[in-house]
Amino acid sequence: MDHLFEFLLRQGDNALVLGHRTSEWCGVAPALEEDIALANTALDLIGQTQLWLGYAAEVEGKGRSANDLAYLRDVYDFRNALMLEVPNNDFGRTLMRQFLFDAFQVPWLTALSASSDERVAGIAAKSLKEATYHLERSSETVIALGDGTDESNRRMQDALDYLWPYAGELFGQDATDQAMQDAGVAPVPASMRSVWDTQIEQTLSAACLSRPDTSFAHSGGCNGSRHTEHLGHMLAVMQTLQRSYPGAVW
Amino acid sequence: MTAVSDISEAQIWTYLESVPDPEIPVISIVDLGVVRSVEITGKSVEVTITPTYSGCPAMAVIAMDIETGLAKHGITDVHLKTQIAPPWTTDWLSEKGLARLADYGIAAPQKAGGPACCPRCQSKAVERVSQFGSTPCKAQWRCTDCLEPFDYFKCI
Repeated sequence: MDHLFEFLLRQGDNALVLGHRTSEWCGVAPALEEDIALANTALDLIGQTQLWLGYAAEVEGKGRSANDLAYLRDVYDFRNALMLEVPNNDFGRTLMRQFLFDAFQVPWLTALSASSDERVAGIAAKSLKEATYHLERSSETVIALGDGTDESNRRMQDALDYLWPYAGELFGQDATDQAMQDAGVAPVPASMRSVWDTQIEQTLSAACLSRPDTSFAHSGGCNGSRHTEHLGHMLAVMQTLQRSYPGAVW
Repeated sequence: MTAVSDISEAQIWTYLESVPDPEIPVISIVDLGVVRSVEITGKSVEVTITPTYSGCPAMAVIAMDIETGLAKHGITDVHLKTQIAPPWTTDWLSEKGLARLADYGIAAPQKAGGPACCPRCQSKAVERVSQFGSTPCKAQWRCTDCLEPFDYFKCI
């Protein structure tokens, strides 16, 4: 296995799958400003996907492009974290997921900006500016909704309880993670845990939400061994054009 | 038609000064700070650009506009190179660009994270409507004195 390729797929697929899920809000968000914010967030993530998967395709060296990787792979070739593929549900869960992910991405991309691989460092430094902006919005929104009405507080707590068992997968340390650390490309994601915990605690406390009392974590997305049933349905929509009209271009 | 060999890099920069940003046409792509370098090698011209936001759809249009903009001056052997590091920052907006944005009604980016004043009435009584706006590079704000909504160029 080419660990660098695998590592790049994880970064690209996280951005792609969350980017696609977020884009599902386009036109149906609860307010015009939120609709625009969600569409812009999705756009940033899809842009980051092009950079990560573009580099992944080069590293793979089989003549595939970023588009080939996005539109012509099936469920078990995807390497995104499970938390990012589960359905959006309501606006609260969408923003809670964005917050849990952003709180990971900011320290993670900060660390990757110092990668020994200068392409990784460049993509990370670019994405970090966007992730920092996303975190500002998602954390403020989690606080506004958590510390809002009884209903918004209940919905945010439900969202957190639902997503929590998925969040732990972000902090992996498998053979690929270890190989990337040995090569100086990236620290193991598990080392981000304490920074993430601090951010989460600060925000949840300001949002009047309680951190779930479990450390159970689903796994299987980042290594492709066991995705949820939802990813296939998402890909069926996302990939329909390339599946129906192979090779179609603008 | 002018031979590329007779054209200086400074001349190419001047040509690029007249290529407008497709989303904010009052400023040029040079004022926007996306053109990193221009290099003439033999008969071909290489223009290096840095994207503003990684997913900004205007970047594809900017690439096309550079090619057509230079073709107007007989320069057809153009190579575009994308460079993402160091990442684009609003610090690269030119003084001229900032002044034109203000005239156009777009508040200039500020390190403090919000507009210094309303670009229409100059009041400092402004509030944020949304962190995002009509393009990836802008946010929506509102003046609570003249009541006009306006765009603010996000500071990154």
